[in-house]
Amino acid sequence: MPSLIEKTACEGLLPVMAAGVTLSELPATRITSVAPLNGKDRAVAAALKALGLGWPAPGRSVAKGEASCLWTGRGQAFLIGADPAGLAGIAALTDQSDGWARMQLAGPGAEAVLARLVPLDLSAAAFRVGAAARTGLNHMMLVLSRPTAESFDLMVFRSMAASAVHEIRQSMAACAARASIG
Amino acid sequence: MRIAGKGLIDRGAPVGFRFDGRDYTGFQGDTLASALLASGVKVFGRSFKYHRPRGVMTAGSEEPNALVTVGRGAGQVPNVRATVQEIHAGLEARGQNAWPSVGFDLMAVNDLFAPFFSAGFYYKTFMWPRAFWETLYEPAIRRAAGLGALSGKSNDEAYEKAFAFCDLLVIGSGPAGLMAALTAARAGAEVILAEEDAVMGGRLLAETHEVGGKPGAQWAAEVLAELGAAPNVRLMARTTVTGAYDGGTFGALERVGLHLANPPKDLPRECFWRIVARRAVLASGAHERQIAFSNNDRPGVMTAGAARAYLNRWGVASGHAVTVFGNNDDAHRTARDLANAGIRVAGLVDVREDVSVPGDFPVHAGCRVIDTVGRKGLREVVIADRDGKVKRIVSDCLAVSSGWNPALHLACHMNGRPVWRDDIAAFVPKPGMVPGLTAAGAANGAFSTQACLAEGVAAATEALEALGLKPKLVPLPQAEDGAVRLRAYWEVPEPKHRAWLDFANDVTTKDVRLAAQENFRSVEHMKRYTTQGMAPDQGKNSNVAALAVLADATGRGIPETGTTTFRPPYTPVSIAALGAGGQGTGFAPQRFTSSDKAARDRHAPMIEAGLWYRPSYFPRPGEATWRESCDREVTMVRERVGVVDVSTLGKIDIQGRDSGRFLDLVYTNTFSTLKPGRVRYGLMLREDGMVMDDGTTACLSEGHYLTTTTTAAAGQVMRHLEFVHQAHCPEWEVRMISVTEQWAQFAVAGPLARELLNSILETPIDGEAFPFLSCGTVRLMEVEARLFRISFSGEMGYEIAVPARYGEALYRDLVARAESLGGGAYGMEALNVLRIEKGFITHAEIHGRVTAFDIGLQGMVSAKKDCIGKAASQRPGLTGPEREQLVGLRPIPAGKVIGAGAHLFDDGAEPVSANDRGYVTSVCYSPTLKAHLALGFLKDGRARIGSRVRLVDHLRKTDVLCEVVNPVFFDPEGGRARA
Repeated sequence: MPSLIEKTACEGLLPVMAAGVTLSELPATRITSVAPLNGKDRAVAAALKALGLGWPAPGRSVAKGEASCLWTGRGQAFLIGADPAGLAGIAALTDQSDGWARMQLAGPGAEAVLARLVPLDLSAAAFRVGAAARTGLNHMMLVLSRPTAESFDLMVFRSMAASAVHEIRQSMAACAARASIG
Repeated sequence: MRIAGKGLIDRGAPVGFRFDGRDYTGFQGDTLASALLASGVKVFGRSFKYHRPRGVMTAGSEEPNALVTVGRGAGQVPNVRATVQEIHAGLEARGQNAWPSVGFDLMAVNDLFAPFFSAGFYYKTFMWPRAFWETLYEPAIRRAAGLGALSGKSNDEAYEKAFAFCDLLVIGSGPAGLMAALTAARAGAEVILAEEDAVMGGRLLAETHEVGGKPGAQWAAEVLAELGAAPNVRLMARTTVTGAYDGGTFGALERVGLHLANPPKDLPRECFWRIVARRAVLASGAHERQIAFSNNDRPGVMTAGAARAYLNRWGVASGHAVTVFGNNDDAHRTARDLANAGIRVAGLVDVREDVSVPGDFPVHAGCRVIDTVGRKGLREVVIADRDGKVKRIVSDCLAVSSGWNPALHLACHMNGRPVWRDDIAAFVPKPGMVPGLTAAGAANGAFSTQACLAEGVAAATEALEALGLKPKLVPLPQAEDGAVRLRAYWEVPEPKHRAWLDFANDVTTKDVRLAAQENFRSVEHMKRYTTQGMAPDQGKNSNVAALAVLADATGRGIPETGTTTFRPPYTPVSIAALGAGGQGTGFAPQRFTSSDKAARDRHAPMIEAGLWYRPSYFPRPGEATWRESCDREVTMVRERVGVVDVSTLGKIDIQGRDSGRFLDLVYTNTFSTLKPGRVRYGLMLREDGMVMDDGTTACLSEGHYLTTTTTAAAGQVMRHLEFVHQAHCPEWEVRMISVTEQWAQFAVAGPLARELLNSILETPIDGEAFPFLSCGTVRLMEVEARLFRISFSGEMGYEIAVPARYGEALYRDLVARAESLGGGAYGMEALNVLRIEKGFITHAEIHGRVTAFDIGLQGMVSAKKDCIGKAASQRPGLTGPEREQLVGLRPIPAGKVIGAGAHLFDDGAEPVSANDRGYVTSVCYSPTLKAHLALGFLKDGRARIGSRVRLVDHLRKTDVLCEVVNPVFFDPEGGRARA
């Protein structure tokens, strides 16, 4: 039986390196939006606990190993890299695995690169490890999180991957040029 | 002329540059102004209106005269202040507003006609005849008056915008700003210190004062070294804070690469910062004022503080014989500093009687300057004493001071009004004008170095307390603490010639008096009538003097006269920086479908739909025009099979116990009765009863729906659904999320659509088990897919959706199979023709001003339930024969071309707007019916089917008789879609 060739959202676009940071595509993984049904908040939290995670507070993410649960809005979170089977019937579950370009921006200059595109205070004190936000990447919608002190995970609409990479590259180039003049 | 041993320039690093076509040499650390002054250049440009030769007036960003154009070609920057531009190898600058050169300017003839160019001149002179204004007067005036010009070419140089955050923003790095930053830094606050100049230190760099027993510049350097080493401090030199906005947000413009000889390609020229600060200290210093006297605009006349700055900071003597003229003790410093540096001070003229200044120069107390001589450079200063006795002083520089105005502009940006202080004859900021911002130092009217240092500490301490941080004791260094001694003095009375107030806009004392005389007595009216303080100047140089003259002319005091409004930006901000990243396609993100590359591989021209790019048509060899391709693609779908990517349509996943009920509320028709595996077309109204969008909704399983929207309306519909849920029925169990990006979805349409699909489905389908308007899950090539039997072409149609990762592969496969069946890919043009032939609406028809009745879908508004917009849609006037209703139009004869946007008139009626009966929304050539077709709205149109209307396109000059027909031109029974 022939099969369909898969393509990732950032196929042929990444990785890029400059200004002491690397922008790379995160490995494809399962993403499910989780929206607890009426009266099921506790049950959902418990089911996520069973995965070693938990329901994230607004602006936060919960991670364990490769799995994480990211706050994405009012009554909504993204379960990333885990099987949502335990949530069936207590939450509205929607497959989002193919809807997003997921990228990682890592390196000591990552904050400065994003300061050109994201209107949030991303200093370590204000946007701590484990923080998550729905914000903008210039004119694009962005789901931003900070898994470690020197790396950010970025999710933009799959269709906008090329624009997002272009914008981040430009910002990286500007930061590198600034560094080169001392 | 340079003075040995003076200045902070690097004399070991000479820098060559060009000005007005000539080569000059300056030193590292020079501005264009200081380097040219050192080279003896007097004339920097020509004035705005009268084309008078003008020289450097100041040493900072407030400079009104020395505006130059820097660079050549696309990247040339006009109106650069020579006092701000740092020199670098290869710098090329030109004077402005002069032809052929600043030295010899033919437009200087304007100066001879000066009596005609008084305030309000344009208003009075060019009012008649009216039609001449746009065609003749305005272009001529704009050529003669004005500043530098842009190149008119597209500039691809990099610009940048960025965001920054801090606890405390300190604006200005003079003694007050440095102490504020130091106090906050030591207490652990996150500090941004922004300084407009390339070098931090503010006025300390321009004076000979000592701070803490050291030269001021050295003390500043030591403080800056500590601040630079602190991890919680960001020093931003070359950064002008240009505006104060709500919520502690400040705009700031950083000159990043404008001072470099060979900037790296990616280095931004400028960066526009949005700085969000919890607190701010305004330590922006003060601007020195001129005195208005006859011919006070000669090249060589400058502020007293500027003459000091050029000497102390850049080691430049502003003249060989300098006269100082003032009304205050600060002016005396200029005479002393110049004399100490060995420059001849030709005289110190003070309007006050009781002054005694020790020094080796003549002092003329109780005297005033009544005129100057020297058109292209000052030669003589004419003074008079109290009795009118005149004396001429040979002098090539006149340094003037009538005191200082705090640079309080930012404090006024949120509409606060400053208060007048008689002791310094100036306006000062009032606390709280901008929430969280405290003025300190000269910006607050504290003019001694000691007071500036102390106010810096106090302002930072206040800020730290508000931030909940504990200030550490910062010892206050000893510094000069002279009191301000001044006698308010704005203009020398009865000038023989014009006496300038606003040099940038060429406004004189006479203009202000004329304004008052013509009853423009309010300061805001005077400003607009005379143009004083407008445009880039923003009142930096002349505001207080001008309103002092106005106050005098109207017999009021200055505080009652008030001041005009200071608006952002404080200094000009280039649009390139404000809109950085927005050039060309950077203006908006681009959205590409998973089949984008496959479509481009087939040479499809792409068109934009919202932010998406979609193939317009797929040209084949031998096809010369888009129409040939489009006609072929339409026929292909009608006779064989076609494939088109429809992933761009909005897709919303709706789940929850109450989702059926919810859909009933937002749609006009009923969805709660829709069975799993079935699809229904729905119509959505806005709250005002007009049609918002249409689309299909599929019931995937019990309580689980998939709603589709028009491509460009996806965001609007999602927002609407969220609003309805959150505002009207938050307790309902409804959960929704966009899945537009998750699924790649392709329409397969045509008589051979099923045959094509069955060639790839693991389990084939047939027309009975999978009838029109059904949906379900299928498998193909080991992938689970969603299949919908819906049609936007009127043919047997399916839409198949797979996770986006498979989109490209599936699209290429479907198109290849279609081709082997005699079909192929089709684009937006063919899609549009197919839907017009079927009378299917798009947002060309549901454009926001039509009701369900207008489009003939009033039957879809369920009588059994309520829905959003239903009540409003039943208001009087929204139904009935008065409405323009959707109809089809066919030209007579059929070969005639009709255009979208044309208007409809009764046959025989005059085609004027009073007789307008409707308009055309969509047109196409139908290869199926071999005729041009149109959809449009016609008053009482449904009743007029079979009659004739006249279609007039006033734009394209066409006039065609049309038959009004049913909007469904092709297969009105719909049998083909159900086959």
